[in-house]
Amino acid sequence: MQNAIPPLLQLRGISLRFGGVAALANISFDVQEHEVRAIIGPNGAGKSSMLNVINGIYCPQEGEIVFNGEKRTRMSTRMAAAAGFARTFQNIALFQGMTVLENVVAGRNLKFKASLLEQAVWFGRARREEAAQREKAEEVIEFMELERYRKKVVSQLPYGLQKRVELARALAAEPRILLLDEPMAGMNAEEKREMCRFILNSNRRDGTTIILIEHDMSVVMDISDRIVVLDYGRKIADGQPKCVRDNDEVIRAYLGRSERVG
Amino acid sequence: MAFFVEVLVGGLLAGVMYGLVALGFVLIYKASGVFNFAQGAMVFLGALTATGLEQQGVPLWLAIAMTAIFTVVLAILIERLILKPLLAQPPISLFMATLGLAFVIEGLAQAVWGNNARALDLGIPDVPLEWLLDSTGVGVSTFDLVASIIALALIGVLSAFFSLTKTGRALRAVADDTKAALSVGIPLERVLIIVWSAAGLVALVAGLLWGARNGVQYSLTLVALKAFPVLIIGGFSSIPGAFAGGLIIGASEKLADVYIGPMIGGGIESWFPYVLALLFLLVRPEGLFGDRIIRRV
Repeated sequence: MQNAIPPLLQLRGISLRFGGVAALANISFDVQEHEVRAIIGPNGAGKSSMLNVINGIYCPQEGEIVFNGEKRTRMSTRMAAAAGFARTFQNIALFQGMTVLENVVAGRNLKFKASLLEQAVWFGRARREEAAQREKAEEVIEFMELERYRKKVVSQLPYGLQKRVELARALAAEPRILLLDEPMAGMNAEEKREMCRFILNSNRRDGTTIILIEHDMSVVMDISDRIVVLDYGRKIADGQPKCVRDNDEVIRAYLGRSERVG
Repeated sequence: MAFFVEVLVGGLLAGVMYGLVALGFVLIYKASGVFNFAQGAMVFLGALTATGLEQQGVPLWLAIAMTAIFTVVLAILIERLILKPLLAQPPISLFMATLGLAFVIEGLAQAVWGNNARALDLGIPDVPLEWLLDSTGVGVSTFDLVASIIALALIGVLSAFFSLTKTGRALRAVADDTKAALSVGIPLERVLIIVWSAAGLVALVAGLLWGARNGVQYSLTLVALKAFPVLIIGGFSSIPGAFAGGLIIGASEKLADVYIGPMIGGGIESWFPYVLALLFLLVRPEGLFGDRIIRRV
């Protein structure tokens, strides 16, 4: 067993239902610190629901989540953010009216400490803090190679760049766990390669633990340490890329139940 | 010429006041994408509460301070009782809720304070500035000037707050994408309370200034109707836009009333702003400063 070190995040028997529809049924898996963990599965398998449970957007009816040794059953998105979770969304969720820089600074929201009153009079700490946080944000922008666009309003940027800004905003929070919901959806090969590079760089440089959902199998096999496979809300496989790739049930889920795989 | 300037200046000063009322709408629209129909009622409530307290023997400054605190309490109540339960609903539901809120506020305000028109004296003389009248022949009231300076300062402070501070950024973030705002740890309830408090305080200032000019009475709620064309011209989501729109409406309605009015029988001041707004809608629907609407097909 590799579990000499306790996992950073453990999900135990998670079940989530919407009315009568079971989105997730009794799912358990764990995430080691500094790991790149992928969640894959066909459409409607419950991948995004899983991410939303981890992030506190959905509250599962059953099961528990152990993060950093602490057990929790219920947590708001804000508390999740404070605990060190940052995320991107399947459909880009940027602050469209703001510049790239402002979006990234907003990602550092929880790092600000000045009170409302201090901000209102724009005095001392509020002012120093704004400058310091802007500087940190610039570092992330540099890391994500977005310098050329920093003063551009994001709604005017092409799709691929918006995806990158969203990752930059999430990284700006210096998260312990980064949740990425299809970070490469809709990108061309070139853009995907770049995105992979940013994700892996962040993982290697800062040791960021990453949980990602992705459809592109070659990307997933390349960058993940371990993969969870979901199908119809059930977990059908869990392990290293090569084990998952050769798993019969996984092949069946992807190619359709009636087909034989030779 | 002096007459033209006097009409223009009078219009611009009135326009600053329109801008102030419009500003209350913009704050809430910016942070929640909702058109707050109750803004006019809040203008009325602010002025009525302050004058009501003053009539009970409370000194004016204290009455205003108490009303300001009450405004914040009201914002918290609105967030708890109306906004929170309707959080995930489409904007039209929230709009309907603010429509209801408008009637509740108007009703309660009158139930508590009665519906008599009251005079409000802020201690600012409403007489033309003598030096200006003597040197240029243009009559500008001291009151109008002071009111404009107060309104301008408020607009400037709020603009800076929105663009420079963390909380201002949080307000814009919530307006742009609530889900993403939550994911970066922005506290939604707090943001909504701050926005409604700010809108309430702006409404209070507007109510006091308008009330001192025209008396504190039910017709104050109608001032909000003048904010519609201001918002259409300035853009619903822009603080400087509210100000610019106010100036344009104020100046053009006075000039139109004086110079075009006599040709078509007068009384055009009351509807001219709406015609102007209609023209803007045809040419530039997002307003002068609003976020440009980009449609991708």
